[in-house]
Amino acid sequence: MNFDYFFQLFLGGLTRGSIYALIALGYTMVYGIIELINFAHGEIYMIGAFTALIVIGVLTFAGWNGTAVLVIAAIVAMLYAAAYGWTMEKIAYKPLRKAPRLSALLSAIGMSLFLQNYVRLAQTANFLPFPNLIPDFAFLKPAARFIRPSEIVIYATTAIVMAGLTLLIKFTRMGKAMRATAQDREMAQLLGVDVDRVISTTFVLGSATAALGGVLIASHVGQINFYIGFLAGIKAFVAAVLGGIGSLPGAVLGSLVLGWTESFFTGYVSSDYEDAFAFLFLVLILIFRPSGILGRKAMEKV
Amino acid sequence: MKNRWIGGRSIPKILALAVIVATACIMAGCAQKQDASKTQKAQALPPIKIAVVGSHSGDLASYGIPTVRAAELVVAQRNSVCGVNGRKVELIIEDDVCKPEIATNSATKVVGEGAQAVLGHICSGATKAALGIYKESKIVTMSPSATNPALTQSGEYPNFFRTIAADDAQAKLEVAFVLDVLKAKKIAVLHDKGDYGKGLAEFAKRFVEADSRGEVVLFEGITPGAVDYSAIVNKINQAGAEAVIYGGYHPEASKIVAQMRKKAMTTLFISDDGVKDDTFIKVAGEYAEGVYATGPVDTTQNPIAIEAIAAHKAKYGEEPGAFYLNAYAAILALINAFEKSCSTNYDDLVNALRSEWVATPLGIIKFDARGDAIGVGFAMYQVQSGKYVEVR
Repeated sequence: MNFDYFFQLFLGGLTRGSIYALIALGYTMVYGIIELINFAHGEIYMIGAFTALIVIGVLTFAGWNGTAVLVIAAIVAMLYAAAYGWTMEKIAYKPLRKAPRLSALLSAIGMSLFLQNYVRLAQTANFLPFPNLIPDFAFLKPAARFIRPSEIVIYATTAIVMAGLTLLIKFTRMGKAMRATAQDREMAQLLGVDVDRVISTTFVLGSATAALGGVLIASHVGQINFYIGFLAGIKAFVAAVLGGIGSLPGAVLGSLVLGWTESFFTGYVSSDYEDAFAFLFLVLILIFRPSGILGRKAMEKV
Repeated sequence: MKNRWIGGRSIPKILALAVIVATACIMAGCAQKQDASKTQKAQALPPIKIAVVGSHSGDLASYGIPTVRAAELVVAQRNSVCGVNGRKVELIIEDDVCKPEIATNSATKVVGEGAQAVLGHICSGATKAALGIYKESKIVTMSPSATNPALTQSGEYPNFFRTIAADDAQAKLEVAFVLDVLKAKKIAVLHDKGDYGKGLAEFAKRFVEADSRGEVVLFEGITPGAVDYSAIVNKINQAGAEAVIYGGYHPEASKIVAQMRKKAMTTLFISDDGVKDDTFIKVAGEYAEGVYATGPVDTTQNPIAIEAIAAHKAKYGEEPGAFYLNAYAAILALINAFEKSCSTNYDDLVNALRSEWVATPLGIIKFDARGDAIGVGFAMYQVQSGKYVEVR
């Protein structure tokens, strides 16, 4: 076995997995708190990338360059996307909170299609180049064959976001309120938890992480268009289910497993059936662990 | 008065002029073969009948109507001067709705009406269905748009000609370029699993395998729209490919090229007209440099093409539709064959098509033994300083 090749595929899978994970984290968090599969999450990711591109364009025009542009663009994109997430929840999900779950799901799909077409009309249907603003770290030069700076940044961000969200949910007051809302919304409300605020915060956080993912991934891939959110969203959703939807470490683990599966299958077998194999693997895992790798069995609420 | 341009000239004078012009045409056309007495008779000969068959209604009407328009414009122009060797040209227009089962009826009908040549059909399937009937009746058939390679390459239809490159022409050019010019031996062939990309890639694979100089080291479909192609890029590297032939469109091509270049791989990248698009250069940026792509031969500078498009705009007030220039070239080639052969005989026409060069909007063309137009097709382009430049 060629170890060099194996290692390259391993890193390729790690990159792919981390990309999925950045999107899957927000997905799984929203699901964990309000049990809604937010199909429009991928679109928020796409809007984040578009916002960043516009900000980068303006800043570059104003003569800025380098990492500062990326940081500012990422912050603006996160704020902007967070506003989108907040509004989206108020418009599309809040009125349906008492409706059957299928209604909210349809509303989510509608929101996704709406945002996609809105960006297509308001911006463009063409592919746009996205500048690579992640600096070339000098210490990575010898390893250029294996790893690129943008990949390191994606790994690190995924780890930080996962740790940050976990800490937030485990150790802060808001996190406690989130967990309470997830367990029993009515009871939480009776005990004085502002459920509306908790759910809004969840959407704001989820959307901000999606936008951060959008900026970094677009910078890594080098191109965006209005449709990127759909495919990325589907893969991230699969990854979140694979890891156990609702669990933050599960989303990351599921994403990595999916990324590695795809990478090794492409590398050693064939890329022709890459997706087919990835989904076959998903089916197999769900047969043996119906609630995902790290998912807990849902308890019937009495 | 409408015909103000006639000015002060008297009508008999104009008539006399017309007669002189007509006689001059006849003399110029068939002087070598026919003596004067025969040419006098020519004027009494019935018109040359050319059938125009294709999809003129239904879903695919937009593919067929430009051909009718091209034929009408060219024929009206020719008939207004001196026709073909003094004979008028008459068009028989017949609809096949692009359906093979209807195409056979249309073919039988135009044969019955005495067509001496056919411009059509438009779709490959319909063309194939109708060709047998024309072959039996010995009628030259020329399609402006049927690209199925087998129509000419099978050798089954010696009466078939076309003024469009076959589907495999790009793959053929790509492979020839890789082997002859770039001298690469190990070739990876990739595609995006779509009809267009996969079809091209399969042809390319076949052509490489048929040539002893090259070897296909990798043949795979990639997943379009994926966020990352590092696995397949690693695989190209691992296979030791010197060149990648990619069948597909620019979004995936730009991602693959960018990932290869970021990995410091210098593997050559050759693709098709799905990639020969300025968006590719815009999106891939610096990484696009040096990428090769085939694309249709540039006809924007061709004076006949400019004239043909202007004539269409003047009559219909819009840009011409699909295959207009191909159809324009086809009707010019057919008329030229009638003119140069001084005959309506099948063998003479075929000979003329194969031997006589004719100036068309697609360049100066003639046909090879199988019926494909020489001079029509694709050229190789390379990205140089942010622009596609034709490689000669």
